[in-house]
Amino acid sequence: MRDSSSLIASLTSWLDGTFSPLWAGVVSMVLLGIGILVFYSVLGLYLVYAERKICARMQNRIGPNRVGPMGLFQTVADLIKLLLKELIYIRKADALLFNIAPFIVIVASIMAIGAIPFGKGLQALDLNIGVMYILAISSMGVIGILIAGWASNNKYSVIGAIRSGAQVISYELSVGLALLCIITFAGSMQLSEIIASQQDGWWLFKGHIPALIAFVVYLIAGTAETNRGPFDLAEAESELTGGFHTEYSGIKFAFFFLAEYMNMFIIASLATTMFLGGWLPFHLFGWEGFNNVMDFIPPIVWFFGKTAFVVYLMMWFKWTFPRLRIDQLLTLEWKYLLPINLINLLLISFLTLMKWHF
Amino acid sequence: MALLREIGTYFREIYLGIVSLLKGMRVTGKYFLTPGSVVTQQYPENRAELKMFDNFKGEVILKHDENNQHSCNACNNCARKCPNGSIEIVSTRVQGEDGRSKRVLVTHTYHLEMCTFCGLCVQACEQNALAFGQDFEHAVFDKSKLTKVLNKPGSTSKAKEE
Repeated sequence: MRDSSSLIASLTSWLDGTFSPLWAGVVSMVLLGIGILVFYSVLGLYLVYAERKICARMQNRIGPNRVGPMGLFQTVADLIKLLLKELIYIRKADALLFNIAPFIVIVASIMAIGAIPFGKGLQALDLNIGVMYILAISSMGVIGILIAGWASNNKYSVIGAIRSGAQVISYELSVGLALLCIITFAGSMQLSEIIASQQDGWWLFKGHIPALIAFVVYLIAGTAETNRGPFDLAEAESELTGGFHTEYSGIKFAFFFLAEYMNMFIIASLATTMFLGGWLPFHLFGWEGFNNVMDFIPPIVWFFGKTAFVVYLMMWFKWTFPRLRIDQLLTLEWKYLLPINLINLLLISFLTLMKWHF
Repeated sequence: MALLREIGTYFREIYLGIVSLLKGMRVTGKYFLTPGSVVTQQYPENRAELKMFDNFKGEVILKHDENNQHSCNACNNCARKCPNGSIEIVSTRVQGEDGRSKRVLVTHTYHLEMCTFCGLCVQACEQNALAFGQDFEHAVFDKSKLTKVLNKPGSTSKAKEE
């Protein structure tokens, strides 16, 4: 449990010993693919469940509690329902683009999952430009949303998709700059090295107030980038009848739905990795006994605990704040977040240059 | 000077914005942390102790006291006010002690299947004889079961002749 890299290594050596090199590669890829897909769907379902429960508690309700103990199988039942539903064929829609759009959205988020470090050595893809890779891949999703809106041949869908495009392109800047602050601190874009640089303290604490500002900006911009919460203009049920996914039904709608939740998970796990020390345990300087107890908790629990905390924060935003207007949304980004972020980055570069961080 | 003031407003807006957002988050956070604030009724399980609210409109009832007396004087106001004609009143005239003939209620028939719970009959009742009951489980397979006679068998009226 402490270190997954030995487990992975023994698995690889077993594969190499049993199969020829070509088949070992194929089998390991298939195993990894199945693992990620199962993880993706199960986690997505339970994120939906968690969202429904948390929102219910915040609105003085109980939430799903009929299917299974505490309603745990409610989202599974919903998925079965969505699988059995008819895929309605839109006569005037662009058939190819209409069918391909949900896959672009979901493939973008599945690809991003691959690069996230869940524990020590538990990372499918440790690129030396990991942060850049995740940012690039996760913004591929907006292309799927744009295509979905355009191909639906519906005015609401097009409005929703264009809003989503404007939103993601502007907030991508803030997400990138906020992460750039931590890259400046850590001096690397490789996710495993960024975690290693937090061995003696998380960047949120080591980086003084600028890191805190970067974290807040990242949370706001990240929430906006997932088209959620107060920034859900792209779907805006009350004005656009669902926005870009108005015309989708059945499992194609479920793909958009699942991708939204998994994008939230990706944003949260990136926040965990960059600001909250990834799978590293929480240490207090000088408290040996406390630190030993914290070390005893497995890294994967630390990772998912921290990510769950960030996901909870994002759900808290969603169920507290009213939706922004499109002009307010762009004002927030271009007049507030971006200038603050640029000055913050300058400050952090100065701090790093003078080695004033811990 | 004007520039300084503008910079001041810029940061003041950020500060006020964050403060008001935190205020909102405090409200929802408080609800999240206090399970006692849940208002959902788990209906079929809590049938025994379920208490509806005082102004809940379940059905129209004719109030009877412990002596099995109601205060309806069969004035027919409720039946006249009812937009659906869901109240039928049958009355008769009997000789009172003072020798004058008095109007007495025979049956107060209430068609729940036609009622829209508008409350006009309860408002129109000058004797304050009608009220809304709390019972709401009216689902039946036969419509005729919803036609109810509101005055209980053997009940008498305590209403004064107007």
